[in-house]
Formats: sequence, structure tokens, C-alpha cells
Amino acid sequence: MNVTRGFTGRPRVHHPGLPPGQYDAGDDWPVLSAEVTPDLAPADWTFRIDGLVAEPRSWDWDEAHALPASVYEGDIHCVTSWSKFGVRFGGVSLDAFWDAVRPDASATHVVAYAHSGYTTNLPLADLTGGRAWIAWEYDGEPLAAEHGGPARLLVPHLYFWKSAKWIAGLRLLDHDEPGFWEQNGYHARGNPWEEQRYSGD
Amino acid sequence: MTETTAPDTAFSPPTRFAVPGRIAVSNRTAALWQTATLTEIRRETPVVSTFRFAVPGWAGHLPGQHLMLRLTAGDGYTAQRHYSLASPPDDAGHIELTLDHVEGGEVSGWFHTEARPGDQVEVRGPLSGFFAWPGDRPALLIGAGSGVVPLMSMLRHHRRRALNVPLRLLVSARGPEELIYAAEYGAETTAVFTRRAPEGMPVGRLSAAHVARVVAERPTGGWEAYVCGSNAFAEHASRLLVAAGQPVDRIRIERFG
Ligand SMILES: Cc1cc2nc3c(=O)[nH]c(=O)nc-3n(C[C@H](O)[C@H](O)[C@H](O)COP(=O)(O)OP(=O)(O)OC[C@H]3O[C@@H](n4cnc5c(N)ncnc54)[C@H](O)[C@@H]3O)c2cc1C
Repeated sequence: MNVTRGFTGRPRVHHPGLPPGQYDAGDDWPVLSAEVTPDLAPADWTFRIDGLVAEPRSWDWDEAHALPASVYEGDIHCVTSWSKFGVRFGGVSLDAFWDAVRPDASATHVVAYAHSGYTTNLPLADLTGGRAWIAWEYDGEPLAAEHGGPARLLVPHLYFWKSAKWIAGLRLLDHDEPGFWEQNGYHARGNPWEEQRYSGD
Repeated sequence: MTETTAPDTAFSPPTRFAVPGRIAVSNRTAALWQTATLTEIRRETPVVSTFRFAVPGWAGHLPGQHLMLRLTAGDGYTAQRHYSLASPPDDAGHIELTLDHVEGGEVSGWFHTEARPGDQVEVRGPLSGFFAWPGDRPALLIGAGSGVVPLMSMLRHHRRRALNVPLRLLVSARGPEELIYAAEYGAETTAVFTRRAPEGMPVGRLSAAHVARVVAERPTGGWEAYVCGSNAFAEHASRLLVAAGQPVDRIRIERFG
């Protein structure tokens, strides 16, 4: 351990929900996107699932909203080291979408892509079993554009760069394929509890 | 190897990412924590200082890249934050960071009240190739506050290498005394003051006119725009760029949160 002379850190109570190397951002919600925030109206938003599925298809805003509503209440963790406790997102569980498209047994990975063109890769297993959402509400309000509104992917058990803003679609593959940040040195999976920040962690 | 893993069958989304990464970063160096020894502290403004470090194993970086810095307390508690590299690449074994003293800030607070030459911290990087500028394309740089830090690395690189490719910098500060690196700007730079301006200069935020004037220069190959600062500033500046006709796929944004 390399102790920094004179550094004590801010007085802290250990929060069991705080992964290693993270701090509590409190009411702040930093914005960290690489691109210009797209001007995307709900009426122009579409969401598609294709690749290794029995029935590829797309949903528009109203069709997606007709699916059973689902809420995530819990924490989120950004690789830039802030975490946010007790957030509340509203949307639809990805399981509702999986029921419709029926993934192939051969599908192992997913590339999530955004209306901005941003991409990120995930193991399919991280997007099933009630652990991932398409979210369009935050705290009961429409999700702000800078946070990915009208709709974003939400995978709260992984670092937040996996939760692609302005989500446009998911493509199922039988292999892993790095997305934007992953090609730029970030970890393929991004589990905050194992501090999988950069490739090689 | 099966056919589906061949590179030419790799998935490309129906939308293409507006800002492709430019530089492949070394995963090996990005994963490694290295000891950085503070060698010098230079005051830039009343609340901003530059910290120079010796990092003997530093693999080099490109202007615009950042690193992750970690401080460790006696009880094992660590705090880590991202900081842009202020120094140009040609500074063998040394790097410089410029830190704003954030009110109540844990890491910047330690730097501004406690740090002295000889102190050691840990860094990993350089990280992220996407905001990097190797000096190849005309660069239109827009920054506010400490957002000017990665842009200064680009400007210094441009000067040291005596590059011919056009470079313009629009930098916003609250007042002249808060303008970081004030003595280093030349004809390529336009400073904008939002609260207090020197005699004869207007007070006001970065405007459509400032941005349009530079965009209109239309250098050969087109501008690659780099915007850095708070999220609010990044939103404002990137909208002005789009309105002035700068293509969205030639705008790169680094938000300090
Ligand atoms: C890619 C990138 C590059 C960056 N480059 C630079 C750079 O070149 N220069 C630079 O100066 N900054 C840079 N930043 C910002 C930097 O990473 C830090 O966010 C900044 O230095 C503040 O960190 P801190 O530890 O001093 O403050 P923090 O402790 O993180 O506090 C930030 C704010 O939150 C409040 N706060 C948070 N938690 C608590 C708490 N528990 N109790 C009380 N108050 C709290 C503080 O009062 C303060 O106002 C960069 C950020 C990114 C993402």
C-alpha cells in the first residue's frame, strides 16, 4: 500500500453499497458523454432487437410503452468513480423484449447501439433475469436528454458506460465484440465490485 | 476461427458513432499503477495550480488524453479522480496536471493545501484515445475553466513541433485573474470573459459570433472540434458549433462531470 503523506480523506461512514474505489456523489449526477447530445423526440425514437433471435423486431415509443411497466430502485456506479444511491428509473424490463424476440441458444453476447452511433458490448447473461431495463423516466419525470432521454439502456449492476444513452437497438452475437469505450481501453465487462475499469483489470 | 469472428463480419450499427476513437491506447499501460513524484508546484490563478511530476516509466501520451490519479490514506481508504494531462508529449519522464481547487474537494483539496515537492501519488494511464489530438487535423479548441487543460497540451504540442496545421482556441473564464495559462496564449487564442473583463473588452458568455467566426475559416480538411469543460458549458459550446455548421461527427467532447 502506497500511503499518501497527509491524506486522510473526507470523514466517511462505510456504506456497504459502495464498490471499491467509488465515492458517493450525493445529489450530483455528472454527465459524461463523448458526443453532442442528440435532439431526439419520443416520436422519433425506435428500439430494435436483431441478430441471433427467432423474431427480430422494432418498437416505437407507443409500442414500447404498451409493454408491462417496470421500475428499478437502487444504485448506479460510474467508472469515473462516482456512485449514486437510491435512484429510481421507470421503463420496461428487457425480459419483456426477450419474450418477444426469443434469443437463439447460440447467442452469448450483445452489442448495444445508440441513436448517436455509440456502441457498448455486454454478455447476454447480464441483460436477462430482471437485471436490465429500457428506461425513460427518472424520479417520476421524463429522462433528460443529457442523461439519455428519451430512452436509455439501464444495466445498473455494471459500470454505467454499459447503460447506453439514446438506446437504438441490441444485436445478439455468438461472440464478444468490443464497443466504443472497450476499443478505447475499457474493460469488456465492467463489474464495479471487481473494479473492472480498464482492459487488463 | 469461425466466420462470424472474422473482422470483416464485425457488427456495424445502423447508426455510425459520431466520434470514432482516433488512437488505439495501450491496454498494458492503462492497467498499470505507477508512482508519480511531485517535483514542482506552479500557481496559475488564485485557485488553480499546476503540479509537475516525475514518472520515470511514463509511456508517453497524446495531447488531450487524461489519467486516473489515486491517493491512499493510512487506513487503506483510496480516492481516485481523472485529470487531463496539461504537458505536451515531449517531456520525457515528466507529466503536468493543472488542478482547480474545488470547494470541499477531497483530492483537489489535498493537492492545494497539503502537497509539496517529494510527495508521491499513484497514476495510471494515459487513458482514452478519443479526445486525443495527434496534430494531424486542423483543431478548433473550445474550453472553459479547467477545461482548457487538455487543450493547452494540444497548443503546447503544436508550438513545440512547429506544426503548420491550423489551430484556434476559444477559452472562457469568469475574469482575467481566473484565466489559466494567461501568459501563454498567442494570436491563435480568443479569450471570453463572463463576469469581469479587462478595460475595453466585453463581458459575456461564448456566443454564436465567436464560434461562427472560427468555423467560417474552413481550413483544408475541415476543423476537428474539441470541447472541454463542465457539462453545462459543453452543452452550450457544442450547440453553438452545430448551429455554425460544424458536423456532429467532427465534435469531440470531454465533460469534467
Ligand atoms: C476526464 C476528466 C478529466 C478531468 N480533468 C481535470 C483537470 O484537468 N483539472 C481539474 O481540476 N479537474 C479535472 N477533472 C475533474 C476531477 O476529476 C475532479 O472531479 C475534481 O478535481 C474534484 O475532485 P475532488 O476530489 O477535489 O472533489 P470531490 O471530493 O469529488 O468533491 C466535488 C464536489 O462535491 C462535493 N462533495 C462530494 N462528496 C462530498 C461529501 N461526502 N461531503 C461533502 N462534500 C462533498 C464537494 O464539496 C465538491 O463541491 C476531470 C474530470 C474528468 C472526468
